Amino acid sequence: MSALAPVLEALTILIAEDSAADRLLLSTIIRRQGHRVLTAGNGVEAVEIFAHERPQLVLMDALMPVMDGFEAARQIKQLAGEALVPIIFLTSLRESEALAQCLDAGGDDFLPKPYNPLILAAKINAMDRLRRLQATVLQQRDLIARHHEHLLHEQRAAKAVFDKVAHSGCINAAPNIRYLQSPYALFNGDLLLAAYTPSGDMHVLLGDFTGHGLPAAIGAMPLAEVFYGMTAKGYGLTQTLREMNAKLKRILPVDMFCCATLLCLSAQRRAVEVWNGGMPEGYVHEVATGRRTPLISRHLPLGVLSAEAFDDSTEVWPMALGDRVFLLSDGVLDTADANDQLFGAARLQQVFAANREPDRLFEDIEQALAAFRGQARDDVSMVEITLLSAPPLRVAEPMYADSGQSSPLDWSVSFEFRAQTLKNYNPLPYLLQLLLEVHGLREQGGALYSVMAELYSNALEHGVLGLDSALKRDAQGFAQYYRQRNERLAQLNSGYVRVHVQVAPTDQGGTMTLRVEDSGSGFDVDKELARPVDVDRLSGRGLSLVRQLSSAVSWSDGGRSVCVEFCWEALA
Amino acid sequence: MAEIHLDPDVLSDLQEVMESEYPTLLDTFIEDSQERVAALRKAGGDAKTLGRIAHSFKGSSGNLGAVRLAQLCELLETEAVEAASDLGALVDQIDHEFALVKPLYECRSELAREKRQR
Repeated sequence: MSALAPVLEALTILIAEDSAADRLLLSTIIRRQGHRVLTAGNGVEAVEIFAHERPQLVLMDALMPVMDGFEAARQIKQLAGEALVPIIFLTSLRESEALAQCLDAGGDDFLPKPYNPLILAAKINAMDRLRRLQATVLQQRDLIARHHEHLLHEQRAAKAVFDKVAHSGCINAAPNIRYLQSPYALFNGDLLLAAYTPSGDMHVLLGDFTGHGLPAAIGAMPLAEVFYGMTAKGYGLTQTLREMNAKLKRILPVDMFCCATLLCLSAQRRAVEVWNGGMPEGYVHEVATGRRTPLISRHLPLGVLSAEAFDDSTEVWPMALGDRVFLLSDGVLDTADANDQLFGAARLQQVFAANREPDRLFEDIEQALAAFRGQARDDVSMVEITLLSAPPLRVAEPMYADSGQSSPLDWSVSFEFRAQTLKNYNPLPYLLQLLLEVHGLREQGGALYSVMAELYSNALEHGVLGLDSALKRDAQGFAQYYRQRNERLAQLNSGYVRVHVQVAPTDQGGTMTLRVEDSGSGFDVDKELARPVDVDRLSGRGLSLVRQLSSAVSWSDGGRSVCVEFCWEALA
Repeated sequence: MAEIHLDPDVLSDLQEVMESEYPTLLDTFIEDSQERVAALRKAGGDAKTLGRIAHSFKGSSGNLGAVRLAQLCELLETEAVEAASDLGALVDQIDHEFALVKPLYECRSELAREKRQR
């Protein structure tokens, strides 16, 4: 009888028993087993002692005066809350109904009378194991809850930081962008950016990083920086893409990359330029005909290929004012129903076909997704951009550290860009930065950039490459024009574009003269200028734009040389 | 049925468990039981009260090895539920049985105390 099971740890045990002899007997047995004992003679005492002393285990007689063991057990279980306080009923009850009553009241086990100390010790140990298990479960649950709370807090903080970066663009300010993104889509790797170029074109990026959580979100920061920085400086899609690809390739681990669609919407050129690497097909929606042209993925995602293997070739599609571009993330297409069926492109097409009000397209898609699966996903991103007439020109000005005293006012510079350079270098951002050193030109930065861009692309495309702008009259010719442009540029091995800049002070302020020359065959200036101005034209040399934005325009050398002038007044 | 009043095995187990507290346990039982017998008498024909007291008394006498007393208490507990037969006669029997075992417990308590003092 002395061979009792070893005690794990001394417990405080409450004995509620109305018979003094039984109470003494039990107390002695349990104390001998190494535990601390509290005693109560009835249910009311038992509840009171429990409330004050919080014993870890209770031995409870069923039938007691004042308050019986059933009621006392109920009250003690309520006081104990989530912690498991095992209650062992001391009973000579034999009827199954009475035993069931003990369990209903919250009893965990029975100890029959007369008492057997060995069985009692074994039961106490078994109950103690249960109690510890429950305590561990609660502790771990609370730990998980704390970690989860911590994670959410970190995500909120990270999102706040990221929103500051993302909102430096025009995603929320532009009147022609509508988008829908689940609030924490960033942590599923979805990324949506938009910004104006100096000439008023709009660049839009919808990206989807592999993976999810913070690792997926972390690549978004450098990508956004490159996107905003290069767009503001006037870099085109190809240079921006190359830089983004190189940066992601450098910083991301091999199994991480970013599927992305990058757009340049130009109201001036009535066109959208597209590069899609691994994203689902978006669409250009021609409102007049209802036709939807898919923007097919033709490339590997960003961050996969080395700079040498990276393909930056883009496609250009014509757009009329009011036409829309729609992009989506794979969360839309990969939404699965209860049977793991995917929503898929065919169902999306049905939604497009059924859509009667273009402004309600997102709602229609959301409804279709909800009807399909019945529950929300956190990685659904959609964006729709409408081509509106160009916004007022302005430069997204970088901060200038100088006071204006050091502004250069009397200088000139000439460049000659030759075939190998023309193939893949865009000198415009560099030229713009140089010219913006002249404080008087900063206010006109947008106009300056637009005019330079127009003159440079005229010199390159119509001059050096000899492309016929008449091709761009219809959509088919439009595509052909850009195909030819890429082909001829790839084969180019002679020719040049020269840029001469002359800055001179005047009494009131200063003038900047910009001359652009090309090695092409020139054109009939008088005939071109005599053409009526067609606002919705696809073709033409953008000459009306140039004339509208600069102080004076003149051609010489049979159209091979064009000269524009910008003037400014002295700053107050 | 041979009538066992005290189970010597139970008592020797108790002595081993209780050690120096053994006489106190026996004294407590005697005192406790006297109160219960008095309570049974006082309850008169109240079957429910009789049943409840008999249940508790059954438990403690069982624990203390008073086999016959525990059996009589169990009988009273059962009869009290049916409330048919003459419960008074059973109370008499319990009273009688306790009167019989009480000196046996007193004697053992005294012996144990003396043994300890020596």
